[in-house]
Amino acid sequence: MVSEAPQNNTPLLSMQNINKAFAGIPALSSASLEVAAGEVHALIGQNGAGKSTMIKILTGYVSRDSGEINFDGAAFEARSPHDAQAKGISTIYQEINLVPFRSITENICLGRESRRYGFLNWNAMHEEARGLMRRFNINIDVRKPLYEFNTATQQMVAIARAIGFKAKLFIMDEPTSSLDEREVNVLFDVIRQLKQSGISVIFVSHKLDELYQVCDRVTIMRDGRTVKVANIKSISKIELVASMLGRDVAQVAKSATAFGNRKGKIGETVLEAKSLSAGHMVQDVSFSVKSGEIVGFAGLLGAGRTETARLVFGADAMRSGTMSLDGQPLAPRHPIDAIAQGVGFSSEDRKLEGIIPDMSVAENLTLALMPQITKAGIVDEEKQRVIVEKFIARLGVKCSGPEQRIRELSGGNQQKVLLARWLAMNPKLVILDEPTRGIDVGAKAEIQSLIKELAEQGLGVLMISSELEEVIEGSDRVFVLREGRNVAEFAGKQISEAAVMAAMAHGNEDHATSGSAS
Amino acid sequence: MKKTSLIAAISSQGVLIALALLILFGWLRYENFLGLFNISTVLRYNSMFALVALGMCFVIMAGGIDLSVGSTAALGSVVSALVSDQGMLVGSLVGIAAGLCVGILNGFVIVKLRILPFIATLATMLAANGTALLLAHDQTVSVSYDGTFVNLGQGDIFNIPIPAIIAVAAYAIGSIVLNFTSTGRSVLAIGGNEDASRMMGLPVDRVKFMVYVLSGGLSGLAGVILASQFGAGQPIEGVGWELFAIASVVVGGTLLTGGVGSVGATLAGVLLLGLIFNVLNFENGLGWISLSAYWQSVIRGLFLLFVVILQSRLAVRDKPT
Repeated sequence: MVSEAPQNNTPLLSMQNINKAFAGIPALSSASLEVAAGEVHALIGQNGAGKSTMIKILTGYVSRDSGEINFDGAAFEARSPHDAQAKGISTIYQEINLVPFRSITENICLGRESRRYGFLNWNAMHEEARGLMRRFNINIDVRKPLYEFNTATQQMVAIARAIGFKAKLFIMDEPTSSLDEREVNVLFDVIRQLKQSGISVIFVSHKLDELYQVCDRVTIMRDGRTVKVANIKSISKIELVASMLGRDVAQVAKSATAFGNRKGKIGETVLEAKSLSAGHMVQDVSFSVKSGEIVGFAGLLGAGRTETARLVFGADAMRSGTMSLDGQPLAPRHPIDAIAQGVGFSSEDRKLEGIIPDMSVAENLTLALMPQITKAGIVDEEKQRVIVEKFIARLGVKCSGPEQRIRELSGGNQQKVLLARWLAMNPKLVILDEPTRGIDVGAKAEIQSLIKELAEQGLGVLMISSELEEVIEGSDRVFVLREGRNVAEFAGKQISEAAVMAAMAHGNEDHATSGSAS
Repeated sequence: MKKTSLIAAISSQGVLIALALLILFGWLRYENFLGLFNISTVLRYNSMFALVALGMCFVIMAGGIDLSVGSTAALGSVVSALVSDQGMLVGSLVGIAAGLCVGILNGFVIVKLRILPFIATLATMLAANGTALLLAHDQTVSVSYDGTFVNLGQGDIFNIPIPAIIAVAAYAIGSIVLNFTSTGRSVLAIGGNEDASRMMGLPVDRVKFMVYVLSGGLSGLAGVILASQFGAGQPIEGVGWELFAIASVVVGGTLLTGGVGSVGATLAGVLLLGLIFNVLNFENGLGWISLSAYWQSVIRGLFLLFVVILQSRLAVRDKPT
């Protein structure tokens, strides 16, 4: 373990030699983590590196097998997340766990209400809530129910609640995953404020750029061990990635994504979409995808990328516009119609719209395919087995067997199964919405090279990604969406980080750059 | 780690083990417990519940609930009794048709109007109950003993009660549908994740509609057997059947949240809960103690609680790490 001395003398939190095994398989082996008072500390690692187990032990969600934890100058032991919160450690979850139908005030004060003459003192509570929110420069009506506010504000409420509980250490598990850029900046301001008031933060994120913006130090975990602790300023992004992967820096530096150089020919237009509109998110979007081509959708959160893709798939109703697939008109009313015409759609939210958690890998792979492998209503199990084995091998899905439940697989392997679900149907076009979100770096590269391979075999791919480098390195053409309109199109060598970002931020008045792929 | 399958295994094996233990207990303790008469009586009586529970099992696996099954059975018993002079076939068809109507209404309200199943079926439960009372003029409707109608509930084939044969056949078909047809797999997929099922193009609305229609039809059939077995259409029977059916399904290891379930284990659940009553009767027959019939509800309730606690305990440990 390589370690640098923490800046302060005694750390606020010190976890040493933590061991934990699940059913005999070690999840943590002598892992350690130290967080100084008033420090923002990044905790990173691939899926399965042990960072979430580490956090679960700290917050009392699971118990450790051995090891020492000191917090705030004393031995620390949390029996439950609730207990941890009472002792000064609060977790801000990805999915915010507040009560949507109750007011901001209640969400902040619930559990430690102020009373007068035995009754709730609403005035004092509203005042306290208002004061806490004002610390973040947010002036809102704290009497309104929580659900009326956007995710970012809800997150602030969760943080305000924790401050009210006198938390000394915040754990933020991918707090930015559902925020747009502006909201992220607000969150970072809040984190800096917390820091100034001496509160520490453990910041878990897959987005490396963010670490440099807000963190002081970083702990990198791999295979259940702490492999590196460093000041964030003194470590490069490449070094971070290399430590996470356990690879050579030189090896990683070659290319940030696994798309690399593409072979294969780009053919005829598969999808042509003209002037699509729906709801208030999609105003006027036109684009096309050719066979063998990867078309990227770039844009900020709320630009209408997912919403546009859902129109193509028939998941939402279109207000106006026309689409054609392989020359045939495409006007799906339900996903089932789009699927029948040869469109596949892999949703950005695997848990919500992708997997059926309690069903097997085999079934998750073949459910959409059932009409083709069913004779007189009876599923042809032999046919199913052949298909499943073929795709498990072809995509390199790591599972104990086709009968394993998909919930037990890692995010990357779940994603491969979902990709296989569509590939098994021999589609003409697949829409991949955030295909590598929440997937560890290694599996990410595998998924990316898989996407590339699919395009090389003649499939049309529409890829939405919030990771700029994924869109830029992976796409043959990039459409930039902004506030529900396509504002720019780049092809081949025109695709650059600067150009795409400029279009995302400001739009692009002249469409002179548009043209067919090189 | 296959924790979820472990839950399913323990729950489904658990009910079989409990059933076997209860039968062993009865066999050792009471004379005639495994006698032809007792077996035949238990099977004949519980066949009605088995049919209702089968429909409920499909509804719950698809992520829904059907509270109207008891009233639907009562309605089925009344209408089949009203036409019982036309014979077994007509009586059965009319009773089943009444059940299908309720099921279609349930399916329509839940799938098309997007009303929560709990509320929708609560409404049809009340409506079916009222309809049964109206048709029966607030009293039991005697069936005609002239025709073949009563054979359905009271007859035997090779000493096996006809209702039991119907129930076993229904479960066999149900099991095949669940495990080997695309519709059956869709039921579990929809219960497991409805949004994902929609996004992969499964016929979500059609399948959801079908499970309610199935549940209605099976409840109607249970009503026909009720009328035929007891010689009368019973508008006020069926109270609490829905809860008995839900209990049997849950005891059989089917998750109330949908997505995981077994047809066979549901049958075992029905028999287990049914036998608790039977054992209680035998115990009273010994003359050592005299327990009121209400004790059966207490014992069933405790058993249900035990199963649910066991399920949730295992589910907590199942949380992904």
